[in-house]
Amino acid sequence: MEKLEVKGLNHHFGFTEILRDINFTLEKGSVLSIVGPSGGGKTTLLHLCAHLLDVEEGEVKNSFESSSFAFQDARLLPWKNVIDNIALGLLADGVKKSEAIERSRTIALTFGLEESDFEKFPKDLSGGMRQRVSFARALVVKPSLLFLDEPFSALDIGLKKELQSVLIEMIAKKEISILFITHDLMEAIRLSDEILLLKADPGHIVKKFSYTLPQSERDDKYVYGESAKILQDAEIIDTFELELR
Amino acid sequence: MKFIIKILKDFPAYLWSGWGSIASIFLFIALWDMGNQLYGDLVLPSPLETFNTLWMMLHDEEVLYEINITLYRAAMGFGLSLLLGSVLGLLAGFFATASMMSRPIVTILVGMPPIAWIVLAMIWFGMGDDTVIFTVVVASFPIIFVGALQGTRTLDGDLNEMAKSFNLPWHMKFVDIYFPHIFSYIFPSWVSGLGMAWKIVVMAELLATSDGIGASLAVARSQLDTPTALALVVIMIGSLMFIEYIILEPLKREVELWRS
Ligand SMILES: Nc1ncnc2c1ncn2[C@@H]1O[C@H](COP(=O)(O)OP(=O)(O)O)[C@@H](O)[C@H]1O
Ligand SMILES: [Mg+2]
Repeated sequence: MEKLEVKGLNHHFGFTEILRDINFTLEKGSVLSIVGPSGGGKTTLLHLCAHLLDVEEGEVKNSFESSSFAFQDARLLPWKNVIDNIALGLLADGVKKSEAIERSRTIALTFGLEESDFEKFPKDLSGGMRQRVSFARALVVKPSLLFLDEPFSALDIGLKKELQSVLIEMIAKKEISILFITHDLMEAIRLSDEILLLKADPGHIVKKFSYTLPQSERDDKYVYGESAKILQDAEIIDTFELELR
Repeated sequence: MKFIIKILKDFPAYLWSGWGSIASIFLFIALWDMGNQLYGDLVLPSPLETFNTLWMMLHDEEVLYEINITLYRAAMGFGLSLLLGSVLGLLAGFFATASMMSRPIVTILVGMPPIAWIVLAMIWFGMGDDTVIFTVVVASFPIIFVGALQGTRTLDGDLNEMAKSFNLPWHMKFVDIYFPHIFSYIFPSWVSGLGMAWKIVVMAELLATSDGIGASLAVARSQLDTPTALALVVIMIGSLMFIEYIILEPLKREVELWRS
């Protein structure tokens, strides 16, 4: 069984403690969200899980066959056009060039990019379009584990929902497992099987919420209802420093 | 191949955009002619006379031979600088210590006037090819070295991390991540290095050899043959403009389309 296991993970940048004693397991086919305030160490945690940072203390065991990463900032290659940027991961996997281009074009259209954008360089794209390209680049390789670092934050509501429904469809078919990072509680509730609450200074997990209703059956009412419930939680109020009036 | 076709396709549009520059060249020639009418043929021969002399010189075997010699020296000097500057600059860029250590050396190389190098080279190598080539290398190497060094030092760590997340094989990392960035620094430095080489080669020849364009210039001076001197200057400037505007600039435009 493919899974991602994190045990007793600590991390420092210089003398600053960023993460303390993080433990969780992500099973195949499920979606695990980590929510917390900005600067809480979420990106750092995700980079450690993806082995983009060296693990210093603790363990990260990843037995997923393949993985890909959608970064918080788009990180496109400025000298490649939209399609060539999307195709990067496919080419790295050894897919034939013509097929890689074809698949990239298809997914670009799915993600709301237009044919007339295909030849553009990143400098000529809006922030939201860059984010879409970056998201397409991560998904086109059909990873069995997807790392998502707030990929929807630069998008407007309509597009956000569209991309989320692409994910929900993949989740329903059990095609993908996701480690998802966000500071948006509603987004987490819409997509996750499990939510971990990461409190800052240093980042540590204070609470866990589980949702069993299949993602495809969660409508707006469900999401608002659960959000309202969770916002009453003392730990949530404390973590996000919500002022109650 | 597709790339070359694109350059050729965009070339007419590029030339068309050059009308302004051509107009300014004609204006310059008009001023030159006025200078001739004010100061007389000895001080400043007319453009017409200069271009006539030039035309005759370009049909003269001996002059072509001199031009060839200069071309050879410039090419050798520039070629060496290109090779050494690019390779050493890249190496220095990849190692923090090396790039720190190379800084004062580069400052010395850049700061020292070429004329001082020529004198030293004449003492070390005598009169001839070696002195000229050495001076050219010393003048244009640091420009290229610095370009390559900065290109390597400024590589984007975030993109590197992205490449790592997609498990890019090393050859793709080089071709798709490192090369385009480094090239955008190193290519302009090649262009300036070439300009420098072409200027220095003539100066070094004038002082240190008995052949080449520079030496011909010295002979023209001693015989007060102003038309020939000016024609030689026109050859130098003309060839530099040809290389810069007809070959390098269109290339640079295509290569850097992605830049904002
Ligand atoms: N490479 C780094 N070196 C030093 N400090 C860093 C580095 N990356 C992040 N940090 C610090 O670690 C903390 C957590 O950052 P990050 O993981 O990006 O948080 P989040 O993604 O939750 O907003 C921040 O205080 C940030 O300044
Ligand atoms: Mg972050």
